[in-house]
Amino acid sequence: MSIKSIDPRITREKLPEENDITPLKEIHHWQTYEVFHQAKTGDHHIHVGSLHAPNSEMALILAKEQYARRYSCINLWVVKTSDICRTTNDEEEIFGTTPDKIYREAGGYKVMDRINKFKQK
Amino acid sequence: MYGGGYIFEDPKNTESATEDSVKLRNFEERIAAGEKIEPSDWMPAEYRKQLIRMIEQHAHSEIIGALPEGTWITRAPGFRRKLALMAKVQDEVGHAQLLYSAAETLGKPRENMINDLITGKSKYSNVFNYPAVTWADTAVIAWLIDAGAIINQVANSKGSYGPYCRALERICVEESFHLKYGHDNVVFLATGTPKQRQMVQEALNRWWPPIMHFFGPSDRISVHTETLMRWKVKMASNDDMRQKFLDMYVPKIWELKLTIPDPKLSKNKETGLWDYTEPDWDEFKRVINGDGPCNKERLAVRRRAEEKGEWVRKALMKPDERYTVPLS
Repeated sequence: MSIKSIDPRITREKLPEENDITPLKEIHHWQTYEVFHQAKTGDHHIHVGSLHAPNSEMALILAKEQYARRYSCINLWVVKTSDICRTTNDEEEIFGTTPDKIYREAGGYKVMDRINKFKQK
Repeated sequence: MYGGGYIFEDPKNTESATEDSVKLRNFEERIAAGEKIEPSDWMPAEYRKQLIRMIEQHAHSEIIGALPEGTWITRAPGFRRKLALMAKVQDEVGHAQLLYSAAETLGKPRENMINDLITGKSKYSNVFNYPAVTWADTAVIAWLIDAGAIINQVANSKGSYGPYCRALERICVEESFHLKYGHDNVVFLATGTPKQRQMVQEALNRWWPPIMHFFGPSDRISVHTETLMRWKVKMASNDDMRQKFLDMYVPKIWELKLTIPDPKLSKNKETGLWDYTEPDWDEFKRVINGDGPCNKERLAVRRRAEEKGEWVRKALMKPDERYTVPLS
């Protein structure tokens, strides 16, 4: 028995009520890309999400449809997820500024004491 | 658009007992402090499982939710309405894409989610198992179902999982157009000819029970979700969301002099809450388990779409590509 719908186009398709469909396998919907957008001139590009595409050209087209339908956007980047190198969460401490590296901070240079002493002389 | 009130399995608190207690405490403290959890962060297995389930069903609801209204694109009354409806339907399909991507960051590949949808294993929002009989039905759907979806999605966008919250923020912006568009259509019919008023009244009568089902079973009969609330997976109780919806939209329906097919519906002056006839939860369960007016049609259309798109996807696929889980 095929599907009877109030939409004549669906009835005309004669869709079976049940049918076996070969299950999709991983990669059948292509690989993933990460999307970056620039909202206006002068802004950094910001990561906004990911999508599936067969190549970078298609990824750009789909990025426009999925991530630039609202808000302002003047430029998009896409990059294959697998091409991104990143640090792991375990490495988070490498970004900690160690207190003994005070010589790299503006606050590590206090000259007023010396200047005041010099003036008093 | 989506109703996310009914989708949770009873969380197995016993499973949390097997989690690393230090990591679990740290995780719960971060959430309590309002931090977002990101895909590469440690998370309890139960949190991951429930989130995949919720986001995946949300994605399915968007892609199936495009169908009842999509039916009317070819028959929209006038070119401007046709353009607007096409934009709305495309938005819904786009939302599905964003949500599938968010769910994938938790480790379930998109193809598995689609398989689970078209074989009937995964659920989607029950309202889409009902037909849009006339143009007025699309107006009621776009206004009131999307209104319900916004209440649900705004609550969820304050949840704890970063990728889901970010997708929802983007989605809510688009839904606000749907709501205005739907309201505009309903107002046009309700202030029109007697025939137009009758159309929109009949559509409202048809859609009121599914709308009341939309937020899921009453808190009295739904599964315990304390853990999910603490983890900020579920952000508001089903009854609270339903009350909020009634508060916001019943006056707007009544100002158009439309009637709501529930004689018990009124605001209780003592409690400040709405009284209403308890929705038929047996029908809700029956429809969600496959026996609704359009369940078979929705899945058959979705299956056909996958079949018809297969050659395109194959033609563009490079044989040596490997799938990578998206980053965030």
